[in-house]
Amino acid sequence: MSDVVEKTLSALPSLLSLDSQAGAGKLSPSSKLGNLIKGITELTSKHEEEKLIKKELESIKEQVASPNTTMRQMKEIMVRAIYCEMLGYQASFSYIHAIKLAQQGSVLEKRVGYLAVSLFLNETDEFLLLLVNTVLKDLQSTNLIEVCMALTVVSQMFPKDMIPAILPVVEEKLTHPKEIIRRKAVLALYKFYLIAPNQVQHIHSKFRKALCDKDPGVMTASLHIYLQLIKENPESYKDLTGSMVTILRQVVGGKLPLDFNYHSVPAPWLQIQLLRILAYLGKEDQGTSEMMYDVLEESLRRAEMNHNITYAILFECVKTIYTVHPKSQLLEKAAECIGNFVLSPKINLKYLGLKALTYVVQQDANLALPHQMTIIECLDHSDVIIKRETLELLFRITNAQNVTVIVEKMLEFLRLTCDDYSTIDLVGKVAELAEKYAPDNVWFIQTMNSVFSLGGDVMQPDIPNNFLRLLAEGVDNVEDRQLRLFAVDSYVSLLQGVTAKLPQRFLQVISWVLGEYSYLREEESDPGSVMRLLARLLDQRHTSTETRSWVLGAMTKLCSSPVSVALARDVCERYSGSLNTVLRQKAQELMILSQDTKLRARVLPAEGRLESLEVDSSLSFLDGYVSEALAAGAAPYKSPHQRQEDLVQEKALSLEPYGLSLPVSLSSCSITDRLTDRRSPTLLSMSSGLSGNSTELSHQEGSTTLKLEGVKRVWGKDGYLAQQQSAGETPTPLVELPNPLLSPQSPPSQTQKPSSGLEPDQEKRQLASSLFVGLGSHNSVCLMGRAETAPRHFRRKPRGESSSGASEGSSNSSHSSRSAAVDNLLLSNLLDSTTVASEGGAATTTTPQQTSQRTLDHTTSNGNPHVEGTEQRVEAGGPLSLIRGNGMVAVVPPTHTQTDPQTQQDLHPAPALERPRDLPLASHLPAELSGLARSEFTPLCSDQDSSLALSACRVYKEDALVLLVFISNNNDSALHQMVLQLTCKELEISCISGSPLKEVKGHSVSVCLHTVVMKRASVQVELAGLLSYQRPLGQPQAAQFSLSLSLKHFLRPLTVSTGDYGKMWLSFSHDLKQNLRLVTTEHQEPLTATLDALKGKLHLHVVDIIGSEGIVACRLLQGPGQGQPCLLHCRVNADSLAVWLRSPVPELPDSLLYHCQKALTET
Amino acid sequence: MIKAILIFNNHGKPRLSKFYEHYSEDTEQQIIRETFHLVSKRDENVCNFLEGGMLIGGSENKLIYRHYATLYFVFCVDSSESELGILGLIQVFVETLDKCFENVCELDLIFHVDKVHNILAEMVMGGMVLETNMNEIITQVDAQNKMEKSEAGIAGAPARAVSAVKNMNLPEMPRNINIGDISIKVPNLPSFK
Repeated sequence: MSDVVEKTLSALPSLLSLDSQAGAGKLSPSSKLGNLIKGITELTSKHEEEKLIKKELESIKEQVASPNTTMRQMKEIMVRAIYCEMLGYQASFSYIHAIKLAQQGSVLEKRVGYLAVSLFLNETDEFLLLLVNTVLKDLQSTNLIEVCMALTVVSQMFPKDMIPAILPVVEEKLTHPKEIIRRKAVLALYKFYLIAPNQVQHIHSKFRKALCDKDPGVMTASLHIYLQLIKENPESYKDLTGSMVTILRQVVGGKLPLDFNYHSVPAPWLQIQLLRILAYLGKEDQGTSEMMYDVLEESLRRAEMNHNITYAILFECVKTIYTVHPKSQLLEKAAECIGNFVLSPKINLKYLGLKALTYVVQQDANLALPHQMTIIECLDHSDVIIKRETLELLFRITNAQNVTVIVEKMLEFLRLTCDDYSTIDLVGKVAELAEKYAPDNVWFIQTMNSVFSLGGDVMQPDIPNNFLRLLAEGVDNVEDRQLRLFAVDSYVSLLQGVTAKLPQRFLQVISWVLGEYSYLREEESDPGSVMRLLARLLDQRHTSTETRSWVLGAMTKLCSSPVSVALARDVCERYSGSLNTVLRQKAQELMILSQDTKLRARVLPAEGRLESLEVDSSLSFLDGYVSEALAAGAAPYKSPHQRQEDLVQEKALSLEPYGLSLPVSLSSCSITDRLTDRRSPTLLSMSSGLSGNSTELSHQEGSTTLKLEGVKRVWGKDGYLAQQQSAGETPTPLVELPNPLLSPQSPPSQTQKPSSGLEPDQEKRQLASSLFVGLGSHNSVCLMGRAETAPRHFRRKPRGESSSGASEGSSNSSHSSRSAAVDNLLLSNLLDSTTVASEGGAATTTTPQQTSQRTLDHTTSNGNPHVEGTEQRVEAGGPLSLIRGNGMVAVVPPTHTQTDPQTQQDLHPAPALERPRDLPLASHLPAELSGLARSEFTPLCSDQDSSLALSACRVYKEDALVLLVFISNNNDSALHQMVLQLTCKELEISCISGSPLKEVKGHSVSVCLHTVVMKRASVQVELAGLLSYQRPLGQPQAAQFSLSLSLKHFLRPLTVSTGDYGKMWLSFSHDLKQNLRLVTTEHQEPLTATLDALKGKLHLHVVDIIGSEGIVACRLLQGPGQGQPCLLHCRVNADSLAVWLRSPVPELPDSLLYHCQKALTET
Repeated sequence: MIKAILIFNNHGKPRLSKFYEHYSEDTEQQIIRETFHLVSKRDENVCNFLEGGMLIGGSENKLIYRHYATLYFVFCVDSSESELGILGLIQVFVETLDKCFENVCELDLIFHVDKVHNILAEMVMGGMVLETNMNEIITQVDAQNKMEKSEAGIAGAPARAVSAVKNMNLPEMPRNINIGDISIKVPNLPSFK
């Protein structure tokens, strides 16, 4: 095929020249496009092209404006305009004419019109509104081609707000006799689902019909929708598994007509789609997965290797097999398949094989073992993409033993690469690995130096931040000192060299570290040397202002000796006149502090800087200031996360505290500045005080327990344990062999080769043994005590965890996740013990490896829980059960049964509808609320040991929604200094519990009452809550939770007379129409039944029902005595209910409609 | 989902660009330039997949391309598309073009931008793969071409640049979208409410 093209194209120049001579007739003078293109091809420079196109556009402009231009001419003009636009020249004047052409042209011209519209305009363009009527008309046309065109343009772009206008017509097309129309309609609806999911809620049943369509094409189209739906919410579509499996079986079995074959493979794209759907359905679901094993096996078997497209199916099949609940037999076959991919000489397949390996080694690192040599070869592959993919794979199998080799490989790649994308990606990975597995200080610092110098200023800002935090953290023992000292030494020698090439970020890191830790080397060198180096940095032209401010900050810390003071004065003089305010301030500080030694000693104590810094993480001392500022109209606070997003959008990189231009840090005195600076130059996160704590804990834990990361990596998920272990034992580990050449993995032919080919081979094999060390053989190495070589210092948890602490809801989040990992481990041990004898020593027939494995298990299970428990006690300050630490009971459900009997004495008669589970909490409902309708109690969050549990309940008062938060203290000790904060942008929340509660006694329950009102109508809002408290003897803690409130909780019936309704109806401006499903019951009219259902679920007021029409009214709570009304006019229309909503506020009808749809689908 | 389909020649001149997601005019041009830059510097014997264009690439998306003589066909897709599947789709697209234009060449794409777009629209709709069967695509395009002829008449048939030797009459394809005898049964579906 490509040969054919090539031939034609090689003949191209001659054809062109033919055109200009004899072919003039074909390129008639009227063919202006021909002239234009000919003109362009003759040009030599971009500038000339610009001139020519400008001229062309001018002439187009003239022609479209002329009233004499016929539609046919217009069509030709449009094609020219399309051509100009494609080249990047705007022809915006022609947009309106494109729409006109689509409106008025004959079918042919219309087609060009639509094409131009879909190329020129986008969803947000206002011109599109002009198109709505045309589209609507064409959708209803009897000409199939017009309908097709309209559907195509609709799926390309359509204004979201106008979807309701055409939705019914598109829906109708689902039952069109022509399959092509049905197919396009399905895709158009899918597009609607993507841009406005609420609008197509009600037609989900029609999607199912499309799935069962007698035409396979329509069914294929509907799979697009299902792939999306199932991806979003697999639980709701489990019932489709059987159908999907059946479809796939029929497709694989060749039941489709031959039309659907592509290179004699039956409907390959359909198969791929189905396999993806099955993967989503079967993920972590054994029952569902079992249903598909057979068909997966058949797919694997049928897809014989002969064409690219069968590989596509195979690849998808392998991925599915590794995603669903594992079945060993299938896994084996899939692994074999991956092998074929990786070994394939075709480069595309190799790439996919590496991708598949990367995917599966996360579950079982041993799978990489058989392909060591191939992977090594890929490392030196000429294709950068393959190289990068290989590094990605290596990244996944890194452990403490192979880290140096892998990182070296990555840095090698980094030195050669020049595109930002791979740099950012890889630099992050290297930094992560270095932090996690660094074998020693020297290596760590050197690696980080390479990271900073290679990553330059494009890398993620959290890399330097994390690095500095790591340096700053930790106890002041010898090891830490060494690390810091080494860092200082290496930076000093770096600064002594050429600094012009060092990125700004790196210079900032250097100056911070030098400022902080230079005192460690003070004794051996002259005092002013570091100062001088820094001053030299200031002098250099390429140093940015931001870096200068870091340097000045470092100098402030260093100016102790007379030499330095003199130097500092010099610098101050220069910068106190700087135009940059930050620099000027820094210079002033430096000036004052360098002259006043006493003050300096107080503000910047030389040693022991980190320990006793109490950080008020909520910055509560600023509350007054903030509220004043807010009242004065200041912009509300944006979280660091949001700010960062903004920054990213602006493509600016900056995260430095010195440069942080928060008004507070600038205006506050140098002491606060010092404070922030001290914690490490990262942004003060909410958990900073606490995370510091937990890292320390994990250090302690690390010293007594085994290294968990490495172990977990090798074992994978607990479910796969038995199978994987056996897999891990089969290949003999390379490290145990004295001579790598004798490794059983090497194919026999290679070992017998003459020695000429041996040299490079041996090199590679050595590389392999160093890369894959610790994969299959990890445990035995542990036994020999080599796994513990890495200093504890670097064993940080993965970076994400400390930030995700917020969602975990407890202050010691990183700690709890760690213990969760332990639980995991212990659980797997329990599983393990079913296959082998329960006592490690009892196993006499096992291989040494297995024994070591078992000993390992036992140390973990025996040694760990105790340590765990004590740590927890330290952290939480209260007595804790050891249950969790033992790993016997993973989850302790929050119990409310322990509530104090005394408090239960003053109970109010509980409402009858209550469920028994609710009882203890219901007794705490305030008297004035006990008679009102209310929701069930929702547990919000509970402590690890359920000593503290939070639950919520909504009470629907006539004029407000009252949100009750129950704080149950199930512990002996009381809770103090309790502060409960509820925040939500969309809600107005006010506390009505009277005096804010401060304390909850042991074994009692307190209630906080809040009235909640929606500021703007929205379908659903998420409320975030934070409870901070303190146990006696304990540290302050916080529990976070979230609660979602839906619009219907804020709706109340609006009682109006029919007359008033009429008046209001006319005065409201925002309206929305939609067809809803009718509810049918046996003994009621459909209309009454539907309205009753709505009334019951959404608190609406049915004003009147006249014949087949009904009017309904409700209001949205909005402060006492106020409310936003919304009126509904319902009419039965054949088998659906036409609803027309009107309200004075724009958002209300839309959100209410969503809830109506939902309420009716649920009945 | 397919985010964009780009065709440009060896010199980076765009021959067709179709975006299924909205980008500003300038971004689109930048994407074309960047994509060309990325794709053109790759050798012939490397894989057809690319990750890491900063604009359209990112970590989520990838570029899948094929190089035919003077033209690059590039599909920018997100992670929900199968790499080899798209590669097959490009092949189908080119084969279809070849059939419709009878030995397609770069000039055909230039002079019949609208037709190429129409063929593409039958294959990919709103970023989703609509049809992968070449015969079916041709049938659809054919139907429209016939209409074109009947409407424009013989005299007004638009002049073609390379057309002297080419036969405008596309082979009549048996329109075989037979529905009746296919029985994909979908059991166990809950009744439609």
